[in-house]
Amino acid sequence: MQTVKMVVTGPFSAGKTEFIQTVSEIDVVATERKITSEAERIKETTTVAMDFGRITVDDNLVLYLFGTPGQKRFDFMWEILSEGMLGFIVMVDSTRPETFREARSILETFRAYAPTPYVVAANKQDASDAWSVDDMRIALRLDPKVKLLPCVALEKESVKNVLLELLYSILAEMEANSR
Amino acid sequence: MALKGNLRDFTISQLLNLIHLAGKTGSLTVDGTGDRAWVAFRDGKLAYARMESEDDGLVAILYRAKKLTRAQYKVIKSRSGTMSDKELGLLLINANYLTQEDILASLRNAYVSVLERLFTWVEGLFTFEDGFPPLDGKITLQISLENIIIDASRRLREWEQLQDEIPSLDVALKFTDRPGADLRNVNLSVEEWRVVSYIDPKNTLKKIAAATKMNDLEIRRIVYGLLQAGLVEMVRPEGAKMERKKPMLPVSDPEEQISLVNRIIHRIRSL
Repeated sequence: MQTVKMVVTGPFSAGKTEFIQTVSEIDVVATERKITSEAERIKETTTVAMDFGRITVDDNLVLYLFGTPGQKRFDFMWEILSEGMLGFIVMVDSTRPETFREARSILETFRAYAPTPYVVAANKQDASDAWSVDDMRIALRLDPKVKLLPCVALEKESVKNVLLELLYSILAEMEANSR
Repeated sequence: MALKGNLRDFTISQLLNLIHLAGKTGSLTVDGTGDRAWVAFRDGKLAYARMESEDDGLVAILYRAKKLTRAQYKVIKSRSGTMSDKELGLLLINANYLTQEDILASLRNAYVSVLERLFTWVEGLFTFEDGFPPLDGKITLQISLENIIIDASRRLREWEQLQDEIPSLDVALKFTDRPGADLRNVNLSVEEWRVVSYIDPKNTLKKIAAATKMNDLEIRRIVYGLLQAGLVEMVRPEGAKMERKKPMLPVSDPEEQISLVNRIIHRIRSL
């Protein structure tokens, strides 16, 4: 059986676990613990090691989706998780501008680990207080060439779109390299 | 008994607080990742400090403080021989080279600067030995730790924020292609202009800091401002060897790799 992996990263509470859960054919192997920090108590649990989802492509190929822990004190896991990835997705909570700076920093860190293709997913775009994608691009200081995609991690079509856009970028890079 | 530990578990501000509140006399050695700091305290006050990588002689300190020109520095250095800092200080005052205030202020800044740098160390083995160490003719001071701790804690918060924003100095800068971004219309300080003059995808921030004689905090502070203003963006330095962690693909042939990605695309579409 052949396997490939993609990584879903982003700040704490950006929606990484939900994103993977929405498309994974297995129950996500989540390693969640109760939040201990008061400052980060905006949800009950957080991922401390990784989330792990699976999509069987065909009889010979499986795609694994790995979600990184969002809390900064677990960032030692990031490099390990990024090893050999096909590409990565940076999830950003569109309703929490206070996390944009950290998202930018995570993006830079992952680019340094492995300069593979990536996309940025502006999650929670269905919320009334979500920042527009255009405003987020400026706030996140993203180059116009970087794909910043509206996303609702709980909706399958939305998650599929993000994954497909990343795959198109991977394909484009492979085709360019093979020329 | 010596106090031993790691800054990871007991921070430098906790250590200084302890020394300050207990009015301790002794010497603190901290082995950081790239340097070693050695600091002496008397009755809970800072008396002397040095970094192992730096010349801690009085002449070098005065030169770094711009109290001596390069020519003066060279002459005094070659003629001072085995003279102690105390003797040399007296000589400089008597020869009307410098005042006592000049010398004390330069030493104070140098000692405090060592502690300020220590505040940026998140890891390092430390040992505090009781008893005032022999300092062989060095000039010791009595600097209260309270303000240093408060100032440094403030800077530490800024440092942490800047490190989040600019995690590494091994990146380079390039001017943004944003239409309307014109440096001629922006008011920059002298320091900012100095940094701007070195902006080139070939120059890492480390190189720019060395060329402009700025420390990690200063260069990060200026680059952060330029980034926020949208004038520059961080890029991988040109010609830098990229430790490229290639994707682990089960097939090596480019055509097969493309086919593999197409299979994944097909599957995702069908979900």
